[in-house]
Order: sequence, then C-alpha cells, then structure tokens
Amino acid sequence: DITPLSISLSPCINPKMAELGAGSLLLGDPAFNYQEAELNERLKRLYPAVNEDETPLPRSWSPKDKYSYIGLSQNNLRVHYKGHGKNHKDAASVRATHPIPAACGIYYFEVKIVSKGLDFLSSLLPLSPIPGWDKHSYGYHGDDGHSFCSSGTGQPYGPTFTTGDVIGCCVNLINNTCFYTKNGISLGVAFTDLPPNLYPTVGLQTPGEIVDANFGQQPFVFDIEDYMSEWRAKIHGMIARFPIGERLGEWQAVLQNMVSTYLVHHGYCATATAFARATETLIQEDQTSIKNRQRIQKLVLAGRVGEAIEATQQLYPGLLEHNPNLLFMLKCRQFVEMVNGTDSEVRCFSIRSPKSQDSYPGSPSLSPRHGATNPNLHSAGADSPTCSNGVTPPNKNKSHNKYPGVSSASSSSSSSPSSVNYSESNSTDSTKSQPHSGTSNQEETSDSEMEIEAEHYTNGVAENPSARIMNGTYKHQEILQAQDISLGNGVAEDSCASRQLCGGNQAATERMIQFGRELQGLNEQLCREYGKNVTHKKMLQDAFSLLAYSDPWNCPVGQQLDPMQRENICSALNSAILESQNLPKQPPLMLALGQATECVQLMARVRSGSCSFARVDNFLH
Amino acid sequence: MQEVTATSRHYVDRLFHPDPQKVLQGVIDMKNAVIGNNKQKANLIVLGAVPRLLYLLQQGLSSSELRTECVVVLGSLAMGTENNIKSLVDCHIIPALLQGLVCPDLVFIEACLRCLRTVFISPVTPVQLLYTDPTVIPHLMSLLSRSPRTQDYITQIFSHCCKSPEHQTVLFNHGAIQNIAPMLISLSYKVRMQALKCFSVLAYENTQVSMTLVNVLVDGDLLSQVFVRMLQRNLPIEMQLTAAKCLTYMCRAGAIRTDDRCIVLKTLPCLVRMCSKERLLEERVEGAETLAYLMEPDVELQRIASVTDHLVAMLADYFKYPSSVSAITDIKRLDHDLKHAHELRQAAFKLYASLGSNDEDIRKKITETENMMDRIVSGLSESSIKVRLAAVRCLHSLSRSVQQLRTSFHDHAVWKPLMKLLQNAPDEVLVMASSTLCNLLLEFSPSKEPILESGVVELLCSLTQSDSPALRVNGIWALMNMAFQADQKVKGEIVRALGTEQLFRLLSDPDTNVLMKTLGLLRNLLSTRPHIDQIMSSHGKQIMQAVTLILEGEHSIEVKEQTLCILANIADGNTAKELIMTNDDILQKIKYYMGHSNAKLQLAATFCISNLIWNEEGSCQERQDKLRELGFVDILHKLTQALDPNLCERAKTAMQHYLA
Repeated sequence: DITPLSISLSPCINPKMAELGAGSLLLGDPAFNYQEAELNERLKRLYPAVNEDETPLPRSWSPKDKYSYIGLSQNNLRVHYKGHGKNHKDAASVRATHPIPAACGIYYFEVKIVSKGLDFLSSLLPLSPIPGWDKHSYGYHGDDGHSFCSSGTGQPYGPTFTTGDVIGCCVNLINNTCFYTKNGISLGVAFTDLPPNLYPTVGLQTPGEIVDANFGQQPFVFDIEDYMSEWRAKIHGMIARFPIGERLGEWQAVLQNMVSTYLVHHGYCATATAFARATETLIQEDQTSIKNRQRIQKLVLAGRVGEAIEATQQLYPGLLEHNPNLLFMLKCRQFVEMVNGTDSEVRCFSIRSPKSQDSYPGSPSLSPRHGATNPNLHSAGADSPTCSNGVTPPNKNKSHNKYPGVSSASSSSSSSPSSVNYSESNSTDSTKSQPHSGTSNQEETSDSEMEIEAEHYTNGVAENPSARIMNGTYKHQEILQAQDISLGNGVAEDSCASRQLCGGNQAATERMIQFGRELQGLNEQLCREYGKNVTHKKMLQDAFSLLAYSDPWNCPVGQQLDPMQRENICSALNSAILESQNLPKQPPLMLALGQATECVQLMARVRSGSCSFARVDNFLH
Repeated sequence: MQEVTATSRHYVDRLFHPDPQKVLQGVIDMKNAVIGNNKQKANLIVLGAVPRLLYLLQQGLSSSELRTECVVVLGSLAMGTENNIKSLVDCHIIPALLQGLVCPDLVFIEACLRCLRTVFISPVTPVQLLYTDPTVIPHLMSLLSRSPRTQDYITQIFSHCCKSPEHQTVLFNHGAIQNIAPMLISLSYKVRMQALKCFSVLAYENTQVSMTLVNVLVDGDLLSQVFVRMLQRNLPIEMQLTAAKCLTYMCRAGAIRTDDRCIVLKTLPCLVRMCSKERLLEERVEGAETLAYLMEPDVELQRIASVTDHLVAMLADYFKYPSSVSAITDIKRLDHDLKHAHELRQAAFKLYASLGSNDEDIRKKITETENMMDRIVSGLSESSIKVRLAAVRCLHSLSRSVQQLRTSFHDHAVWKPLMKLLQNAPDEVLVMASSTLCNLLLEFSPSKEPILESGVVELLCSLTQSDSPALRVNGIWALMNMAFQADQKVKGEIVRALGTEQLFRLLSDPDTNVLMKTLGLLRNLLSTRPHIDQIMSSHGKQIMQAVTLILEGEHSIEVKEQTLCILANIADGNTAKELIMTNDDILQKIKYYMGHSNAKLQLAATFCISNLIWNEEGSCQERQDKLRELGFVDILHKLTQALDPNLCERAKTAMQHYLA
C-alpha cells in the first residue's frame, strides 16, 4: 500500500514537472503585509548567514513548478488536490519557489495536514511523480510512515500521519542529513548524504487533501532554534578546541605578533613597547617613526588637518606629492574642519578656543567598531583600510576575562601572602590534586605586574581597569587635551557657544573662503593632470554644500562635520605613510579578520553549511 | 621513605612551636607541601597532624588567620584518598568544622564549608552526621545568602546527604526550597548547577516537595519554566540532564501533568537525546533510567517516546559494550566500557520494559529489534543481579502481549532461563519472574506445556508459602492459570502438591488478591463434571466449610461473587450437588444472595440454583420440590421481572426447568 500524502525534498532538476500552472498571488491584503514583515524577521533570525540577493529562501509554493492536479491558495501556502485520485498516475506534487540555501546551516519548514481527504484508491505504479519517487528526491509518506529515497521502495521510518498533524522537515546542511518531526517531536534521521540544492516539496494524491505550509510565516511547533543552538555550540566548540598540538609556541608567537603589529600600526607607542617587553618580542618599526605617525594621526583626529598636512610634508617629504588623491582628500577634510572651526588656520583667529570641539560628544575619539556594524569588515577584507580601530587585541582581552577582578584585588593579595596559595582549595572542583594552582598564581601576578608597569605610561591604559578593553582608544583625547594645555589653547569653553561657522570669527570665515578657492583650484589642476575624478567632484560638492546652510551641523550634509568622519582619512594617511616606509599598510590582525570573513562567505558559496554558525562577528566581543 | 617521614615529622613538630607566628608559618608551609601529594598527606595523618590542627582550629587563642589556614590544610588532606577521609572523620573533624561555622569571619566559614563539602561528598562519610545536631541545618540555610561559595558548598553537602525521605523532609521543613530557588538564576554556573542538583535530589519520589516546587517563582518565572530553560541544547549536558530529572520527578509526583508541553515537547525529547550515541556512557545510563521512570505510568508518553529519534533502535546500541573495536585498540577504553556495560544493559532493559508496558505495537517494535529476544534470554542469566532484574522486567512487560507469547516467546524458549531464574533468586527478581511465568502459563501460550513438564508445580506451591504477598499472589495466580481447562492429571497434581491445608490457609489470606486468585484456582479446578465430583468427594467437607466462611465474612462483592461461582460449579456436579442440597445453611445463603441488591451476586446465586434444578436425570424432582418448599420458585418468579437482562434471562431458563 503506497501512500499518496508525502512531505519531501526534491532536487533542482525535475524534468517531470508537467504543467506550468497559473498561480495567483494575492496582494493588497493588509494582513498579508504584516505577515510578510513577520516572515522576513523570522527568516532573518533563523538564517542570518543567508544572502538573499544570491540565494533567496523558500517563502511559498511555486505556482510554476507544480502539477495540474495541484491547486494553490492563501498566498501560495495552501495546497489542495483536485485530481481524480484513482491511481498513482494521478499523484501530483508542488515544490517551493527556491531551493534551500546552504548558508542556512540548518533549514526547517512545516506542513499542517488540514484534511487527509478520502483515501479510497491506491494502486502500485512505480516511478510515479510523487516526491520521494522521483530520482534523487526524498520523502516521508503519511499512510505507512515510510521514508522514500530516490526510488519507489520505502523504508519503515516513522509513524503515520493524518488530519490535524503538523509534519516538519529539517535539513541539516552541515552533515547533510534530514529528519522529520511530527507535532513537534523529532522522529530521528531519515536520510544521510543528501545532495545540495533541495526544494521543499509536497505530494498529494487523494481528492479532498489539503495541506498548509509554514516556511516561517508562523512560529514552528518544533523548537528548531533550540536544535540550531546545539549545532552552533558544536561548531563553536570545534573552533575553540581546534587542535594545535605541537605548534602551541608557534601560535603564541603569531598571536603576539598580531597584537604587536596592530598596536604599532595605530601608533599606540607606549602600549606597544610595554607589550613587546612583556612578551619579549621585537618591534619592526623604530620608536620615532611610530611616534611621528602617532602625532600626525592625533592631529587628524583632532580636526587639525592643516597641521597634519604640514607635519606629513615635513616628516615624509614627497609623500603627499606622490599621492595627490590623498592630498586632495586631506584638503577637503581641512576645509570641512575649517567650517567646524577646529582647523588651526581658522583657530588662530578665534579668541575663544573651541577646544570642546576636540572631544567627541559623549564618545571616545575613535568609535569602537564591532563586526556587524562595520560594513568594511564584511567586504573584501584585504583592502578595507578603515576597520582598524576599536577592535580589541584578542589575546589581551582574553587573558583578562580569565582572571576577573584580579587587578582590583591585587593590592590586598600582595599584602597577605597567604591568600595567593590559598587557591588550592579554591579550584577544588577538579577534586584531586591541583598542580596548576602555582602556575596560575604566577600568571596572575605577572599579569597584574604588567598592568602596574603599564600605568607608568600615559598612553593606552586607562586608570579604571575595567575600561581596558577600550585599550588606547579614548586616551587620545586626553593626551591631546594635555597637549592643548601645553600649547596654551586648553581653556574649557561652553560647547554650545562655539558651534558657529569657523568659530564665529569673520577673519576666519574669509580665510575659509579663500581656502575653498584654493581647493577648487587644486581640483581643476588635478583634473587637468589626471582627468576627471567623480569622487573628488562629489567630495568637493559635499564640502561646499555646508556653506549653503545657516546651521551646517543640522543640515542634510552635516554628517561631514561629525568628528567620526576623521577616522577614514586618518587611517588612509596612516596607511600611506606606512607604505612609503615599506611597511604593511594593513595590520595583519585586520588582514586575518578580513580573510576569515571572506572565507566564511566562500563557504556558503561552496555549500558548506557550517558557515552559518561560524560567523566572524560571533567571535568579536 | 624514611627521609620523607623525617620531613613530614618536621612539619608536624612545627605545629607545636610556642611562638604563634612560627606555628602559622608552619601551617602555611605544610599547606604548600601537601598540595597534590597523597604520600605527604598520608604521612602527616599517620604522624598525628590532624588532632593538632583540630586543636589549633578550636583554640580560642588562635588568630583567625591561623584557624583558616588549619582548615585549609585539613581540606587538602581530605582531598586525598578515602582512608584520609576516614581518619579525619574518626578524629571528629565534622563537629569541629560545624562548630566553626558559627564564627562571623566569612573567609573562615568558606574554608570550613569547603572542607565539610569534601568530607561529605565522600562515600565513606556517614551522612547521618549532618543531622545529629538539629541546629546545623537551619544554620546552613542561613549561610546560603553569604556568598556564591557558601551556596556552592552547602548545596553540594545537601545533595550528597539527602538519601532518604526523612532527609528530604528535614531539608524541606527548614526552607530548602525557598532558600535555594533564587540560586537557580545565579550568575555563577557552578551555583546554578549545584542548586539544580539539590532540587533533583529533594524532589525524587517526594510529592510534598514536588507539589511545592511547581508553585515557586524565581524572578517572576515559574520554577518549571526555569527548569525548561535549562534543557536548552546548547547548555552543558550535565545541566540538561539534571533539569530533565527535576521535571521528571515533579511529573511523577503529579505536580506536572503528563500531557504538559514541558514534558511532551521538552523533557521527554531531552531524555531521548541523552540516550544517543554521542553522549557519555554514564549520561546514557542516567538518561535511559530517567526516561523509563518518566513514562512508566503513561501510555501516551510511551507512544511518543517510541517514535522519537529512533529510540527503540538507539537502545539496541546499549548492548554493544565493550565493543569489539575497543578490545583491540585501547585498553583504557575497554576498561571504561566494561565498567559501564552492565549499567548500560540494565538501563536499556528498564527502558524497553517501560516502553512496552501498555502498547501492543510498541512491544512488537521492541521484539523486532535486532537480537532482542536473545539479549533478554542472555540477560536473564547474567551475573549482575541488576541486569537480571531489568531483563526479567523487560520480559514481563513484553509477556503482556498475546501475540508475543504465541510467537517470539515460544521461539526463543524464554521459559527455560526464566525457570532457572526462579530456582534461586532474591525476592525482587522472583516477583517479576513469577509474574512473567503467570503469563507464560496462560492457556493459549505454547510455552505452557513444556513448563508443566519441567515440574513447575512444586516451585509455585512453595511461592504460595512466601512471606511476601506479591510472591503468594503470583504463585497462586500461576497455579490458577495452570488449572484453567487442564486435564485431570494436572489438577490432581496441583491439589496434591499444594495440599488442602495450604489451600485453605490461602482462603483466609489477609491479602484480597491472594484470596481472589485462590478462589479462581478452586473454580478452575472445579470445572467439568467428573472433576467436580472427584474433588468434592475427597475434599467436599473442607471446601463447603471454606465457602460458608467466606460468604459469612466481610468480603468484597468480587470475592463473594467468585465464591458463589464456585458453588454454582459444585451444583453442576452429579454427586457434588448433594453437598449443597443437604446443607440448609448454604441454601439459605444462596437465597439471601438471590435477593441481594447487587445484580452480579444475584446472577451468580441464580446460576447456582439453576444448576441445582437442572433436570437431566431422575433425581431432579426431589431437589425441585425441596427448593420450592424453601421458596426459591417465588424468588425466581420475581427475578424474571428483574431489570438486568442477564439475570432476567437466567431466571426464566431456571423456571423452564421446573415446567419441563
């Protein structure tokens, strides 16, 4: 007795699709739009790694890929049978609009049996078009509970199902298996070694049979997210426990090098020196060079672009001459900073120092960038020059998570020597001997020692140990302020008062206008030499547009005035300097990050499902 | 060796130094010396360090630092071998440490608790020591709020020292639930885990605790919801498994319905996952046992489990340890496998027993699992009593199936190992085995014949003399089944082997089940006329006496009905009839029951009279006359108007005999 009702998966090549049905898509239903939004949200949550531009997710049955005996309704989610159901020639199936993308990692859909119909006839006929009988398709049939795989002979698999039951199908694209569920209960693996690009499919053969699909429109009966969480944990565990064996030392050296080069790249000179000393590594670049770069970066980040250009020209003669595009970008920025009132060319006119403009309102000088919010991280990583700041050096961060509160307790632990050894019984959950307790203490002490030592430097280490994750990022501001004070500019001002064009100074405004003309001239000169440059034109337009508004800070192009906009140009300049010194323009850490991101995307394209649970931003904290 | 002892002696000597500062340094040095060094620990104990440390600990003059260091050393000693623990307990370390908990110094308290924890989790420590002083438990409860460490240690102590319903009650009465519940959402995983373990121990087979647990709120959530969150698949297995246990115990106690979503969609699937090959052997054992316990009384859960993740097939893997691979490749693995092999098998048998206890389809599925019957058969004769018991439980569960009795049970001659098991086994195994035997002796069972020939009667008769009511029931039940439609020879053998004395003793058994089955046996013996007459001619007097006694006694309707049926059987005999006809007392009783308010009793009594007036041969006229004199005809007349159709029919038939 072979069963007409089946929930299955079919391959993308299905030569037997008999008819191109005229499916009707119901639009204009307000409930539909709401449901659509809910569907999008659920699908995004379930399959965050799927790029729907490349591989759209199944959202309904396909009115094109169906048999004539199949009727679709309710936004192509309901399937009913309208054939005779006399024998297996009358069996019919429909598949979803799209195959299951590999980047889902784990894919799931459910079908509710609204009506089982009258099961009055079923005769034997091999190679009928019911899913599961087609070559390379896989099905679970309702009447006998058998599973069908690539042929007409079924294997006993699960219970039978009928009206009112909700049958689910889960495809695991990591290990290429599939299991079904009945009313929220997993029935166990049905198939292994599944091929890629399968379509959700349903097959009917009995008059009166009606089934409703749920591709995510409704909450699922089976807790698929729980199942996914297990696999996510598995994959993360696999990554965390990746065996490195004998190469432990090698890895450590690589990691230290990555941290070190990252610090050097961004010019965190003192931190880099401290790190190098603690890890006994060498820094490639010499101190002065790092400090020079640091100084220039600080100037750019403070909005004093004119000075930065000057310093660059002085320290790295010829650099900007060979990079006219960079120079143009810098000059454009300088113009913007003039509008802002921060550039020294306009600041010298100002009686009231707009110092408060230096500090970013309520945020550290470099915005911390975390994977998901930074588009550069996900684009071709190798060439993204900006995603450099705010990413914590990973191993440093890690060592601190391991010993929470160590630094705050360090004073007390040094005063009572006993409490250090005391931890034998602290770590008692390993029940037996604790030979490691000694070493862990050592680590603790050396760790806190390093920290104390680091505090001698004004750079990079915040006073509050808990803020150390921000390593170096917001220290800029303070140092700069300190410099400001030494330059005699550091008088605190009311920030509201200073938000005027060029700091509100007439002479400064005139200087700005003049600078604008020069900039215009530079652009024309570049056009003559190198041909038209759309980017330059746009940049210039945007910068000049600021003048068209009475309050440039609150205008459509006011975004430019945001101090965060300095970061791009800052790292571009930094990279250019490094390149000119024959040093890598990108820190290896960022290269590795970019490569990992790219790699995960590549995995999706070559249909390796685990990519969905190995996303880089899962590991950036 | 001597050298080692010498240095050890030095450590101990320093504890006796007059300068307290030196003593403190001595204790600290000792602490550093014993870490991870079992030899050193043993030496120090032999050299008498423990009493001195305890003395220093209890000395009021000792500084708080010294006292703490002493406890730390003691804790370190406790982490050694079991012998260390024994020595510490013998030195009365427990009361000393419990006393220390009264001190206000948290660091010291934590050290004491840590040491107590290490001592109490050892199997060699008598748990009763925690309950000797009634002030201890309330004090421990009050310390729970002091720090995450006190929470961790105290809940561990509770979990290991809660071994009986009495212990559960003591902890419950001192507010264990309210005090521990908030720890389930502690930031520390350790604390959450220990609190969860504590609840699983408290709730086990304890209705009071379970009923209280369902109403507890933790941060606005019901406790059952908190437990369900702990079943999440990405959490550590230990946590999932323990949370599933808590929910299972609450469900079995009736605190959560068996059709609740948290049982059907969460707890049950989680426990099935615990049985999968990916889990550790220990986890698989615990998972299977807990699952068996969860669904034992509920057929719906059994049905769901039977289709979840191929559970029935998954369990077959439990029998494959030690695997052939492990034997060759890895000695360590083989050792591990061997250690768990028995546990795995018994857990699988238990789970199969539970799965198949009600549903015929599931039983079929189980017996069709690869080599299942062979596994049971060999399980019945395993050396481990736990495995034997579980195997016979499984067999018993499957023996409820008529189809299996007819087929697989016979094919695999399961009666043979079963009979062997019955010869010499502890009571719990005997109960299961004899109960299974009852089913095998059912009339349609093809195993009945060979069992009879194996001389089972003596064995069953001896069971009826057991002190255990369950064994007596099973013994007499099996005899009853055996006597059903048996030939004269078998019946004679039963009567002979049992002896009338024992038969009548069983008729006055305090256990109603025993009485019912004995009556059933009598009824089966007294069937077909020649058998009736024969047995009544030899035992008529005693049987009539017993019948009279039962009809006069305070018994349930069922017992009386069964007794009246025996009378009806006697009335069906040729010569046996006279035993009733000549007994006016019995006739009056029959008359009484014909007018009884219960239709079943009326029917049985009417049956009896109907047999008496049956006019088959000459002597019926005499009986009919006598019965008319006694007023039976009037009663029969009345009963022809009875509402019960059976009764009415029976009375009409009887009246027709009169007319004939």
